Amino acid sequence: MYDIKALYEAGSVEEAVSLLVEHPEAQIIAGGSDVLVQIREGRRAGVELVSIYGIDALRGICYDEEEAIRIGSLTSFSHIAADPIIQEKFPVLGEAVSLVGGPQIRNIGTIGGNTCNGVTSADSASTLFAWDAVIELTGPDGIRRLPIQEFYIKAGKVDLRPGELQTAILIPKKAYEGYTGRYIKYAMREAMDIANLGCSVNAKLSQDKKTIEDVRIAYGVAGPIPLRAVTAEAAVKGCRTDQKTIDAFGEAVLSDIHPRDSWRASKAFREHIAKVLASRALKESVLRGGGEICE
Amino acid sequence: MYTGKSVKRVDAFDKVTGRTRYTDDLCDRSAYIAKVLHSTIAHGKVLKIDTSEAEKIPGVVKILTCFDLKEKHYFPTAGHPWSTDPGHQDVADRLILTDTVRFYGDDIAAVVAEDEVAASQALRLIKVEYEEYPFVLDVQEAMKDGAPQLHEAFPNNILKHTRISNGDYEKAIQEPGLVKVEGWYDTPTVQHCHIENFICYTEQVNGRIHVVSSTQIPHIVRRVVAQALGIDWGLVRVEKPYIGGGFGNKQDVLYEPLCAWLTLQTGGHLVKLDVSREETFVCNRVRHAIRSHIVSWVRPDGTYAARKLECFSDQGAYASHGHSICAKGAGSFPQLYPCENVEVDAYTIFTNKPAAGAMRGYGIPQAMWAVESHTEEVAAVIGEDPLVFRRRNLMPVGYEDGFSKNKLYTDSFNQCLDKAMEAIDYKRKFAEYQNQTGDVRRGIGMAVFWYNTAVWPISLESSSCRMVLNQDGSFQLQLGETEIGQGADTAFSQMAADVVGVPLEKVHIVSCQDTDVTPFGTGAYASRQTYVAGFAIRQTGLLLKEKILDYAHELTRMPVYNLDIKDGNIVRTTDGQALMSLAELATEALYSLSDSRHITAESTYQIKSNAYSFGCTIAEVEVDIPLCKVKLLNVVNAHDAGTLINPALAEAQVHGGMSMGIGYGLSEKLIFDPKTGRALNNNLLDYKLSTFMDHPHLQALFVENPEPTSAFGTKGLGEPPACSVAPAIRNAIYHATGVAVNEAPVNPHILFKAFTEAGLINDEPKGPSQS
Repeated sequence: MYDIKALYEAGSVEEAVSLLVEHPEAQIIAGGSDVLVQIREGRRAGVELVSIYGIDALRGICYDEEEAIRIGSLTSFSHIAADPIIQEKFPVLGEAVSLVGGPQIRNIGTIGGNTCNGVTSADSASTLFAWDAVIELTGPDGIRRLPIQEFYIKAGKVDLRPGELQTAILIPKKAYEGYTGRYIKYAMREAMDIANLGCSVNAKLSQDKKTIEDVRIAYGVAGPIPLRAVTAEAAVKGCRTDQKTIDAFGEAVLSDIHPRDSWRASKAFREHIAKVLASRALKESVLRGGGEICE
Repeated sequence: MYTGKSVKRVDAFDKVTGRTRYTDDLCDRSAYIAKVLHSTIAHGKVLKIDTSEAEKIPGVVKILTCFDLKEKHYFPTAGHPWSTDPGHQDVADRLILTDTVRFYGDDIAAVVAEDEVAASQALRLIKVEYEEYPFVLDVQEAMKDGAPQLHEAFPNNILKHTRISNGDYEKAIQEPGLVKVEGWYDTPTVQHCHIENFICYTEQVNGRIHVVSSTQIPHIVRRVVAQALGIDWGLVRVEKPYIGGGFGNKQDVLYEPLCAWLTLQTGGHLVKLDVSREETFVCNRVRHAIRSHIVSWVRPDGTYAARKLECFSDQGAYASHGHSICAKGAGSFPQLYPCENVEVDAYTIFTNKPAAGAMRGYGIPQAMWAVESHTEEVAAVIGEDPLVFRRRNLMPVGYEDGFSKNKLYTDSFNQCLDKAMEAIDYKRKFAEYQNQTGDVRRGIGMAVFWYNTAVWPISLESSSCRMVLNQDGSFQLQLGETEIGQGADTAFSQMAADVVGVPLEKVHIVSCQDTDVTPFGTGAYASRQTYVAGFAIRQTGLLLKEKILDYAHELTRMPVYNLDIKDGNIVRTTDGQALMSLAELATEALYSLSDSRHITAESTYQIKSNAYSFGCTIAEVEVDIPLCKVKLLNVVNAHDAGTLINPALAEAQVHGGMSMGIGYGLSEKLIFDPKTGRALNNNLLDYKLSTFMDHPHLQALFVENPEPTSAFGTKGLGEPPACSVAPAIRNAIYHATGVAVNEAPVNPHILFKAFTEAGLINDEPKGPSQS
């Protein structure tokens, strides 16, 4: 039995916006895999909810007119993982969201909910950060788009203005064309777990596959919100794909990340794992891009 | 013969189709909902509880606090048989609600409301004032002079200390040439995590209290509810429907007394108390965390000269099963690897943590973690293959325990080891995985375990059975022993069908125990039920058969000694001729105008024996050193549980126990905040119960040496599967990496520390730094 004051169900984006304007206290519910848990815990007990779960227009993945990959915010994790566009151009996202919870959660959970929740451990978020994703928001004043790094404000807080809902996540063509990557979730269990650390790396190799032309790396749980390790990116950009580069990349991430000590894991442990994951994920990104680790 | 065959579970179809009703399905929707207010300090006194705001919530019926408990009847909660000797009774230290808080989560008030939302809203509005006392979370700290004291009657928080002293330890260690091996071993606080949380509902019916509860021990619940309320035991009726697991947590009286009291406080109304998962972790029972210190003195020939064990068992805030757990573990020490000179000191200590009670294995998983980790060290120190060392020192065939009269009749340990080793290809892998280098390494390790079935001669063992013949030749089978998901009903039905001589489908087991009508029995614990119920089923079945054949003699005019019941027919043994069906006989017996009889049988068998149930685990792991991660590649358990009644159910039982052992060895641990005493991870996300994805294929093997003392050649298998898995995994990690971890669970945090100390991980910046 859930302590819910009122539930308003929107049939379209326009209706959702007007319901949100009409009920400024109301919170958005999509799949409910986070919201219902919080209501049960008492954190959001007695809330008014606007359900957007019935808005089918927000489901599915396609290319937009500029060949950006457009992921509807209500697309479930299992649909993302099975989508042919994702499998062809952005398989690492499919791999990342396949590590969320268990099958039931992946069927009900949506990528929009995963990002609007604003938590650092979200399995999709570090990969979206690492692939320069753009967030599309629709509100009473129309549509606005912003880079995912600007969307995240602080832990649990995203730039969602009154009356707004997230309607899509876009990966511009220049952000995915030619890149291969790898996401490694580090958790205590192989399923039904939240990441102690998530690391998403991707690289674009030179024509001869011997040089890293570009590299991007983002972490979840290395700070209060997902973050890019820019020092590490700069340190190996233009470097040869050799073990020295792989090691240097791991070492360099320590300048960028600021994990904390908590009962879930110590800072020293998280830093150690962050280094190992960066090196391993870069190595696999290179291998997936057709390169090899040179002598 | 049905025993020995993997017949389908008698409850399978209803369970897989969702038709089976559990406690919550049975409760009428008119029930009031009760919720408990738990303390938010670890130790102190409740000064005041302000319920005024909470009472304003619509739907709130009544709020009752510790100050409303006018009659204080202290009661024990352990699911032990009652002892009529006051010296052997469990410690009675619980109250229905308490104003003295002894752990973070203690029960101080309760809300009764018309629905769950109103109850939850009211709970959040109750204001409590406390006087806070210092608290203590560590067993050895709690024993020190000046430590915070939990119970006046137990100075230095020592609930009990027992000592075993065999031979002369001090003299024995003077022998020249001995090697000393010493270690400290820690096991975590874990929880049972049965799928159905504890739930009960109570109602007053014609002046008596009717309790329906998800419990393993209905007859014990009846006694304790009465003790807690201060009423006659016969005024309480307890029903136990199907339950979703218990693993020992429900071998304790949990919230039945509180719920019954709330019923009495609300005019006898139906009240339901459904415990959340978060409460289950903290406010039910947990497994005792035990710290063990072992010193062994080993001769150059690889035999033990003298051994010593000290163990400190974390009881938490209330006595519950108390010292029984630690004592059982400690009792295995002189037996598993017998040695002439042994000293054992076992302590059970109160701390300001959730109360520890029974949990599958009852002290043996903790003891095996310590002993089998230590055994591996000893073998390493003297430079011997751990298998060879074990074989030399394990309990020999013919060993008899002077106290229990348990005897090892056959070479169970070596037979189980042989079987497990062959299945997992131990010898080849053991050799292949020596001296590896590199980031990812493999290892293989073993552990054995000691276990004994049932509780005789420490306390009562008896089983009662009733059989009631129907017109169609079928009969109802009733027992005090409970089905808790393990398949007991099926095994009992198989036994009864064989003894009476009817097809299995003619046995209608009454699964629900109802203390008003079910024969007395103390319930599911100590891996006892198949062993103890076997006696009562056999005895009662023979009694029923005697009555049937006596009537058959009337009808057939054949002498009883030439009659038998086979496959539901009355058979003349001299020529094998079926003279009539049991159905014809039963119908005639009920409706005969000349000699009508209601053919039933009922009897009690007191069991004055018990049996060892031994076995082993071998585990194979792959360790990713930089990631501090262990992947379990293969695991096999081999058991000698005597003759198996139902091999498929036995295998399932072993799988479940192995799964529990995997979590115990690698991931499960309830963590407490040192600043507040609050449990930090009392939910299934943060408490790392292992998932299917963390399990390799689980292999269960059996050596079937019939147990000579048993009615069906069988002995305990409920708990044994969970006893040796964790140390086998630990020993495999040791084999792979050379790093000995003595603290369970061996999770990545522990491995990070251990690998860093061992120099396998070096996070110092590489090369000289320029500044």
